Amino acid sequence: MIGVELRLMLRRRRVWLCWVLLCALPTLVAILLATTRLAPPPGRGGAFLSAVVSNGQIFPAAALALVIPIFLPITVAIVAGDTVAGEASAGTLRYLLVRPVGRVRLLWAKLISVAAFVLLAVLFVTLVSYVVGVLAFGFGPDASIGGAGAIPSLSGVELTPLDVVGRTAATVGYLALCMLALGAVGLFFSTLTDSPLAATLGVLAFVVASAALQPLDAAAAIEPYLPTSHWLAWIDLYRDPILWTNLREGVLVQLGYVVIAFGAAWANFSTKDVTT
Amino acid sequence: MIVATSGLTKRFGRVTAVDGVSLQVQEGVRFGLLGPNGSGKTTLVRMLLGLVHATSGSIEVLGEPMPRRARTVLPRVGALVEGPAAWDHLSGRANLRLLDAAGPGRARHRRRRVDAVLEQVGLGGVDRRPVKAYSLGMRQRLGIAAALLREPELLLLDEPTNGLDPRGIQEMRALLTSLNEAGTTVVLSSHLLTEVEALCTHVGVMDRGRLALSSELGALRTPTGRVLVRSPEPDAVVGLLDGQVVDRRGDTLTVRGAEPAALNARLVSGGVRVTGLTEERRTLEQVVLELTGTGNDRVDRRPREAVVPGRSRGAGGPR
Repeated sequence: MIGVELRLMLRRRRVWLCWVLLCALPTLVAILLATTRLAPPPGRGGAFLSAVVSNGQIFPAAALALVIPIFLPITVAIVAGDTVAGEASAGTLRYLLVRPVGRVRLLWAKLISVAAFVLLAVLFVTLVSYVVGVLAFGFGPDASIGGAGAIPSLSGVELTPLDVVGRTAATVGYLALCMLALGAVGLFFSTLTDSPLAATLGVLAFVVASAALQPLDAAAAIEPYLPTSHWLAWIDLYRDPILWTNLREGVLVQLGYVVIAFGAAWANFSTKDVTT
Repeated sequence: MIVATSGLTKRFGRVTAVDGVSLQVQEGVRFGLLGPNGSGKTTLVRMLLGLVHATSGSIEVLGEPMPRRARTVLPRVGALVEGPAAWDHLSGRANLRLLDAAGPGRARHRRRRVDAVLEQVGLGGVDRRPVKAYSLGMRQRLGIAAALLREPELLLLDEPTNGLDPRGIQEMRALLTSLNEAGTTVVLSSHLLTEVEALCTHVGVMDRGRLALSSELGALRTPTGRVLVRSPEPDAVVGLLDGQVVDRRGDTLTVRGAEPAALNARLVSGGVRVTGLTEERRTLEQVVLELTGTGNDRVDRRPREAVVPGRSRGAGGPR
């Protein structure tokens, strides 16, 4: 079933369009920066953008910071909201269930396919923006010919290119987990309705509500448990030494969301009457 | 019994969709489930397949309780529930391959299996066009092909000839009959009486959630006690059988209260030429109409809501 799910996902035009658009935004920013050389001053504008102009290798981090607040969650909402509700509204859900595909197995396969989608999304953005960044801004001022120069961390200490690869891989994993948590919530919403659009909008409402509560002093008590609170914790991976506290907390909270949302989806779907 | 339910009831909120249905379908029959729209046929089929959970009552399919043993029962059942459905962006063949891969069982011979069922339903030469470009009839054929994958022992088909043209209906009837003769039990639901009459050996009639009747088709079509007489001299027949003729259409007369052999003897001895003489039997349509009320797609005005002349229902009107 997992194989079937992955094949179904990879053959959807919508999924590829999401990936293309995700990669297009950072590319557009890179082109604008490269032609104008008007980088925002350090401390303002998107994270890492000021450093990008001097070294293209840091551009993946800047690109991820660009897509994480809105663009990436929207694509996750679209894909996750469609998982069960899309099959229900197309009528294929009943034919999968009588094939038979166990209901838990179906949900599990859907979660895996959402996970594959977010992982590939983050990975594509990272790879494309690395190539674009290096093409637009080069390897940095002190790069030896054919090699790559050192990259400044946010703390000012220079990082070796290999170090940056490791940190970027960790970033990809962390962000994929954050988005998977959102995807699991989308999967749950998708079992509640037969309309993919409703589930997608539900996920977006969830993100917006979380983002609205986050800066509120009155909501300080629940702030650490909001899903969006930890979305930028990966920036700490580019400090030297790495600040692990926020990241560790983020991983735990996001895993919690995955478990709770998947459990809720299972509880709802396993006894649901399929009438579409 | 290949399907056996007892006291099966399903309520959706306040609506009772299926109400105490005890249905028995023997192995090897062609069973037609009839009933007006909204009489609970589809909900019943969904419950047999474990898609909808019963409020009360029990279900056995292929001798095993459902939905508890769905995992062992459903691979032996082929189903078409409330119209076909497919992943629109893929071709029919890709749809069947994915559906086959989703279920349990080996990948071996998948290609051949899929080609075989496509051939069976008359889509053998189908190309790579996506299903969204298919006509209604092609989708219907694809849905039936999906039900036939893995050679089921029981076929549960909801409105199998929907969207097919007369030739398609004929083909499907022949296909279902030949599968049935090879040992597959066929249960189909329909609101088309003629379809069930032409195909099925047994019928069940649903009405407002209840199983109003379940019987062999032949047993239903009991004689009405009237005889149809054809004669080139209808006037002579009327004259001879004074008062017994209840209806006259051209040269065909309906005669009540007569036994065919005796009637024939009487007519011949009276010098009337007879070209046809048949016992009138109840049609399935008559049986079903006697048993069922209107479907839920007809909404009559309730008496208290009747329009009272000179009094319009304004904002403050009764509700």
